[in-house]
Amino acid sequence: MIHSITIVILVLILAQDHSGTYPAADVAGGARVYAALCIGCHGPTGTGVGGIDLRLGPLPRAATDPALTALLAKGIPGTGMPAFQLKPDDVRTLVAFIRSGFEGNTTTAVAGDASKGKAIFEGAGRCLTCHRVSATGRDVGPDLTDIGRTRTPAAIQRSLVDPTGSMVPINRPVRAVKRDGTIITGRRLNEDTYTVQIVTGEGQLVSLVKAELRQWSVDTTSPMPSYKDTLGPDELIDLVAYVASLKGTRQ
Amino acid sequence: MTVLLAALLTLAAQAAPEHLVRAADQPRNWLTYSGTYSGQRYSTLAQIDRTNVKNLELKWLLQNQVAGPWESSPLVVDGIMYLTQRPNDVIALDARTGRIFWIYKYTGSPEFKACCGANNRGLAILGGTLFMGTLDAHLVALDAKSGRVLWNVAVAEFSHGYSITLAPLAVKDKVIIGVGGGEYGIRGFIAAYDAATGKEAWRFNTIPSPGEPGSETWSGDAWKSGGGSLWVTGTYDPALNLTYWGIGNPGPDFNAAQRPGDNLYTDSVVALDADTGKLKWHFQFTPNDRYDWDSTQVPVLVDANWKGTPAKLLMLANRNGFFYVLDRTSGAFLFGKPFVKVNWASGLDAKGRPIQTPQPPGATTWPGQQGGTSWYSPSYSPRTGLFYIPTWEDVSGVFTSQPAQYQPGQNYWGGNYRATRPAPDAPVAPNIRRGPINNWTDAASHGAVVALDPQTGERKWTFRMYDLTDAGILTTASDLLFTGGREGYFQALDARTGELLWKSSLGSAQILSAPITYEIEGKQYVTIICGNVMAVYGLRE
Repeated sequence: MIHSITIVILVLILAQDHSGTYPAADVAGGARVYAALCIGCHGPTGTGVGGIDLRLGPLPRAATDPALTALLAKGIPGTGMPAFQLKPDDVRTLVAFIRSGFEGNTTTAVAGDASKGKAIFEGAGRCLTCHRVSATGRDVGPDLTDIGRTRTPAAIQRSLVDPTGSMVPINRPVRAVKRDGTIITGRRLNEDTYTVQIVTGEGQLVSLVKAELRQWSVDTTSPMPSYKDTLGPDELIDLVAYVASLKGTRQ
Repeated sequence: MTVLLAALLTLAAQAAPEHLVRAADQPRNWLTYSGTYSGQRYSTLAQIDRTNVKNLELKWLLQNQVAGPWESSPLVVDGIMYLTQRPNDVIALDARTGRIFWIYKYTGSPEFKACCGANNRGLAILGGTLFMGTLDAHLVALDAKSGRVLWNVAVAEFSHGYSITLAPLAVKDKVIIGVGGGEYGIRGFIAAYDAATGKEAWRFNTIPSPGEPGSETWSGDAWKSGGGSLWVTGTYDPALNLTYWGIGNPGPDFNAAQRPGDNLYTDSVVALDADTGKLKWHFQFTPNDRYDWDSTQVPVLVDANWKGTPAKLLMLANRNGFFYVLDRTSGAFLFGKPFVKVNWASGLDAKGRPIQTPQPPGATTWPGQQGGTSWYSPSYSPRTGLFYIPTWEDVSGVFTSQPAQYQPGQNYWGGNYRATRPAPDAPVAPNIRRGPINNWTDAASHGAVVALDPQTGERKWTFRMYDLTDAGILTTASDLLFTGGREGYFQALDARTGELLWKSSLGSAQILSAPITYEIEGKQYVTIICGNVMAVYGLRE
């Protein structure tokens, strides 16, 4: 018990040292610990135990890093989750690996301040100019209402820093010119060989038959600006924390 | 006269051995899995043609009551259709109206092990008897009139991972089947059963035991769990009396180091004497396979000129991405060339053996695990001379191998496969489409129908689809090509040019089977199974 408290304190200190990010070396080290101890049950994608997604959460028994650390030391009695006697370094890196959404090749953040991030999202970041969160915003970019359910914090951070490089193909902006010259721009919701279903920036649902179009193009450049230079490191971490916290309402 | 006519009709209503041999001469029927013994899935029916195909209309639907992928190919004998639905039901119905005569429900063990679901791909018919392999590895003979069981024999031990999903092949007085289970470390075999009694007539082990020819391509005990499954129906050349079967991957799937050697007869086509099961020749496509590239494609038999001389050929577009032409008398390699992007081999040597260039750990391999094509029926048209392949274009991924421990009835993969993502966190195309929304897009993967000139391996044309395709292909003497795809469109193309002539949207469900065609009272019909529905089309009257 004393041992685990020591670890908790250590993790908190380290977290502060790195101002909320997990060093890439820790994430990579945690990947090795995970492969050795966890992968047998939780699987390579963290979804091997029914109902639990280690990358995306939610993890109600391990909502914070200290709680996750304590859980690793104690296990969950009555379930298949055993208690692990780990070295402090292994605990720290394993937590980093899980919290960063298994992203071994990037520095990432979840320890930012989501409330500060919300202020950036709705203010200086001007995110609602294009994105929707529940009833607020527009439909130019993907709806972010529950983006935290499907994307890891690392992926969200990548999108903010390199929007084009990390744009998922379905979100590529499209442009159609109908035979009468009408131009329709928007984002695809679905597509097949003969038709495409689009939502326009104004939120209109439009279904097009490709054979009836004069022009059809899919742009691989994202219209979203990179926040790499416009936000400071702490602001970026706060924004990631907020976006990652968007889990929507249970449908 | 009437009596004579009735007698002739009674005879015709049976699929006697000579009828099966001359199936191409009676195109009103569809007597075997691929229509004829040649495996061409080509019909001489020509009523529906390029000018009137736009007038096709829906004649009837059959609603399957059993959810899940439906991969069956029906038979039609004198207006009666015989069709399987999962897990192992047989339906006899009026092929003109879709109304049902009888349904037989096989009650086997629910404890069967099948890697990829409760699939069954169809039936064989011989005389008045239907034959079906079952998921718990039995072979069942049914009276085609009543659906009553005539005999039922256990072919293999299902608890060890054996199953039968392919449509049997009836030849003379025998029924030939093969066993599935390539992901469970089985030892595969092809076997023939006496059609009248169900007594085993011969058996060919696809993995030789020590001392048998081919055993030198195995080391230690690896042969015991060597795989070599069968899950797509073979073909038959009556003149040579040889039956040809494409054989599945070795076990464990991804760990080639665990089974040093070429691992015969996995990933091969074998030519067996139809009376004795004796091996006449073999040709291996992917020695010591580490990619799960079953060679269970239909070996298509073609009589055509080769370099100016009439020849008996065997054509096969392999999951490994190469198209092959073999001499089907001797098994000699005549020609091979990639039909999709490949980087696992730099080419084929003079004997058709691949010059393998395995990618370093973590590097990307083309094609991916599902290959450039797979079990989806190809077609060959003697009129156009083209070989038509449902392809997965430019598909790739990373293969990883790990040691695997064989345990009877347990998965025996020996590693895993990860498909290439078009962007970080972007979805990849699923192995089986799970819904009507495509959020992986054609940037992840797409399919096509490719028309190949078998003399050169060059593409004559490509019909690109937005999503992948697992649908087989039918061609007809009116130069039409029918096929489906994962998006639920049933499509008719010009077999000469690839031009789209007609399509019907069947509701965003995937098509996992091949079309067939038949004729009743002078009217031609075309069928397709999409999702849980079989749809049958004919010309508007």
